[in-house]
Amino acid sequence: MNNAFTDRRFVVIGIIVAIAAIFLLRLFYVQVLNDKYTLSANNNVLRYMTEFPARGLILDRKGKLLVYNEAAYDLMVVPKEIKNLDTNDLCKILNIPKDEFLKRITKIKKYSKYKPSVFERQISAATYGILQEKLYKMEGFFVQSRTLRKYPIPTAAHVLGYIGEVTEALAAKNNYYSPGDYIGITGVEQSYEKELRGQKGVKVMMVDVHNRPKGHFKDGMYDTMAVAGSSIITSLDADMQLYGEQLMKNKVGGIVAIEPKTGEILAVISSPSYDPNLLVGRNRSKNYSELLKADHIPLFNRALMAYYPPGSTFKLVNALVAEQEGVLHANTMYGCNRGWPVGGGHPACHQHPTPLNLPGSVMNSCNSYYAYVYRSIIQNPKYPNTEQAYAAWRDYVESFGIGRKINTDLGSQELKGRIPTVAYYNKYFGKGHWNAYTIISLSIGQGELGITPLQMANITSTIANRGYYYTPHIVKSVGDKKFLKKEFQTKNYTKVAAKYFDPIIEGMSKVTSGTATNAKIRGITVAGKTGTAQNPHGNDHSLFVCYAPAEDPKIAIGIMVENAGFGNSYAVPIASLMLEKYLRPDTATSRPDVEKRMMEANLLNKMHVKPKKIIRRH
Amino acid sequence: MSNQKKLFVGIDKQIVGLYAILVFMGWLNIYAAVYNEEHANILDISQSYGRQLMWIVGAVALATFILLVDGNFFTTFAYPIYGFFLFLLIITLAYTSATNGANSWFNIGPFKVQPSEFAKFATALALAKYLSQVGIRMQDASTRIISAVIIGIPAVLILMQNDTGSTLVFAAFILVLYREGLSGNILLLGVLAAFLFVLALLFDKVILISIIGVLCALAFIPMRKRWKDFFLVAGIFVLCSGMIFSVDYVFNKVLQQHQRNRINVLLGKLEDKKGVGYNVNQSLIAFGSGGFSGKGYLQGTQTKYNFVPEQSTDFIFCTVGEEWGFVGCTVVIATFVLLLIAIILSAERQRSTFTRVYGYAVASILFIHMFINIGMAIGLAPVIGIPLPFFSYGGSSLWAFTILLFIYVKLDAHRLQSMR
Repeated sequence: MNNAFTDRRFVVIGIIVAIAAIFLLRLFYVQVLNDKYTLSANNNVLRYMTEFPARGLILDRKGKLLVYNEAAYDLMVVPKEIKNLDTNDLCKILNIPKDEFLKRITKIKKYSKYKPSVFERQISAATYGILQEKLYKMEGFFVQSRTLRKYPIPTAAHVLGYIGEVTEALAAKNNYYSPGDYIGITGVEQSYEKELRGQKGVKVMMVDVHNRPKGHFKDGMYDTMAVAGSSIITSLDADMQLYGEQLMKNKVGGIVAIEPKTGEILAVISSPSYDPNLLVGRNRSKNYSELLKADHIPLFNRALMAYYPPGSTFKLVNALVAEQEGVLHANTMYGCNRGWPVGGGHPACHQHPTPLNLPGSVMNSCNSYYAYVYRSIIQNPKYPNTEQAYAAWRDYVESFGIGRKINTDLGSQELKGRIPTVAYYNKYFGKGHWNAYTIISLSIGQGELGITPLQMANITSTIANRGYYYTPHIVKSVGDKKFLKKEFQTKNYTKVAAKYFDPIIEGMSKVTSGTATNAKIRGITVAGKTGTAQNPHGNDHSLFVCYAPAEDPKIAIGIMVENAGFGNSYAVPIASLMLEKYLRPDTATSRPDVEKRMMEANLLNKMHVKPKKIIRRH
Repeated sequence: MSNQKKLFVGIDKQIVGLYAILVFMGWLNIYAAVYNEEHANILDISQSYGRQLMWIVGAVALATFILLVDGNFFTTFAYPIYGFFLFLLIITLAYTSATNGANSWFNIGPFKVQPSEFAKFATALALAKYLSQVGIRMQDASTRIISAVIIGIPAVLILMQNDTGSTLVFAAFILVLYREGLSGNILLLGVLAAFLFVLALLFDKVILISIIGVLCALAFIPMRKRWKDFFLVAGIFVLCSGMIFSVDYVFNKVLQQHQRNRINVLLGKLEDKKGVGYNVNQSLIAFGSGGFSGKGYLQGTQTKYNFVPEQSTDFIFCTVGEEWGFVGCTVVIATFVLLLIAIILSAERQRSTFTRVYGYAVASILFIHMFINIGMAIGLAPVIGIPLPFFSYGGSSLWAFTILLFIYVKLDAHRLQSMR
């Protein structure tokens, strides 16, 4: 029986259909027209997990391992998954008190109950061994392996450099790095970062609402494999490097040794140094801040960053410039009266035969001779005035790699040293108020000059090569392929012609009978030049540049020992012992007494000064 | 004719078929919602899909049982059944422990039963019984009052259990009353009230009343300028203003904080994707990422990895949205609409007022569940936790809806059986 309201079924059906239509429109909008939700869904579920490749190894020129990776183990915990844990047992293995355990767990839980957190960082291999057997009983705990840099020979810390977490600024700028990644900060670790780091891989994982991984997205279609970093073979001679460091123990200074024929760097010593293993692992930051505060700043790389007046070693450069300019010849003779007669006995000189020709002046390091030489450079009639003559001289000097960065691959720390500009003297003395006499101390490498041990070694190598140098570099090959950047294969010529080097080399080769008697090695001709740089703050710095054998140069060294007096007292014996070690690697030194004396000498109590330049803090 | 044959005579195959389709789709989607590779077996009864299958088997048994019962049983025992469930509601209120913020579960041994789910069909039976009496006219005030009481008692009891969602379901009966002759104005009034409620929350009250005043004045112009018209317009104006001013009171005093938050999130007045708005936002992400044709069965990441809470129960529809896309949603909604229309059209064919009223009650209850549940999942209704009929996980709701529907199927079949 239908009643009067039977047509109302259409109203009711109408309402139902209308609501269904509204729902479908809404769904059409949300599902088809609008795509913002798809992205949100991916954000919800996809996690990009980075696979870190092993960092490349670093070896010395003979294949000796310098840096490798050691596995370290972090004990991780997912608080939500902890079940039936024998807390006492775990505390005993890790050697922590129980309340420490509770403290850590509470802190971790506060961070996340579902995400894995580090419970104990870098547990030792021994502890890991014990733990591994019991781990199956400790639900919620697992071990994550990571790698730490390890240095089997505690040497060459400054050359190898260290790695550290990337800064936030860099991570924001460079899209390879994410916060928390490691990057080379100094040394080879820095300059060969790209080769050493390899290529990170990515696993695209799906996670559930609690961030628990649930498997690879699309069965790993978007995953990439990590590519291990390349090994690097350096040109370093680890034996000589370590030997040099031992000789420099308790002394402050820098040494650089270069193979002149190739520009390969054989040793870079900055003393005091530190054990590179200190800047690795769980005590890294503590050790780092201790090193920052330590006496004589061990982190400061003196070989590349400290510049000193070159003293008499600089006479070599002045002589070469004068020869090229035609104001000096091999047989030019000047007299000396324990001082420069023209300057009223200033600069002063020491007792030696007089008059001397050019080789003799090198051998005996006569100050007066070089005052004459320098005056003739600056008063060269070829130039209308002092300024132009000085500028010309400066250009020559710069061509030896002084006063500019040499751009080695030792990292970004290298400093350019200092040669004053014309503008500097114009400002200092007033324009037109300076001349050869006012700046005469430059003749003997004093005054406003600043040269790093690296530059000293490079000048020596240039002289050994008679006029050119290969840019010094530390890396011989990357991975399996011989690797030499183009800039390391080109000769950098000085502005001095090869023939002018002969009289200089002649003088240098006789230096062991002159100022560097302590450089004498039986059977090896050492060519060198001593230096004693006056230091307004304390004892003179002891300097020496040398190469050997003089007939066929295989190694050139620049050495600077702070506050050690005459060149011959410390710089010369240390350098010559290193030469001997390098040239005769398999025989003990012919001068064990000298070696012993050098190793045992302690000059630190003579020191009161910290270097002018303060280390860059990373 | 054997009992076996008699059982299925006159059964509306269309309704039963649509029911079976919905239950089956629901089961598949529950499986997807809680899918877990470790328990991939869809029959694993340690998982909710395995248990849902048990509930389904139970539901089939229940349906069969109902079909076996004499058609007159429900007509005769409508009031006692109603009374029994009211009694259960009171007991529940008195004894049960709180679950899910709603104090509506009743423990029988290891099982938890939700009497409010069953109160719906009981109320439908009672209302049908009352309205099918001879001489009952909706035009009489007494009819309207008694109907309201029959609907109101279980509604209030359920509200006291803190189960706002289930209480709202009883509003569905207004459609039944409308079909039986209740003035359409009351329906309109209800819609108007809801509309004004939302407007009052969104806009300034003074401005709102001014606008209504202007509209009323404009409406008065074409009228015949008689006092009666004036009073009508003035009355509407006063009513609207009163409603608007009562909104604050209702909103702040009657509703609870979580309800206020849910409404504010819905209206866009509160942005809270981590808190109150989290469910809806995640649900929308599930729908949205499904796109037109969906990610494919068991491929929904939102679904599989539990980003949407309550996914196998209240938010089951977003599993459909994510894995089957717009196409799947359309199919499900269309199936529901077809079922509702089939029930309504069938109800109109009834000679017995009881069956017709009951049929409308079934359609209205199913409709309001669908309306609120899907509306909530797609962000058109506030978050109110009520199940999607036949779809959502849960024995109580599946069995209650099955009983609700199959009593109608039985009553409908009984018509033909008694015609014989």
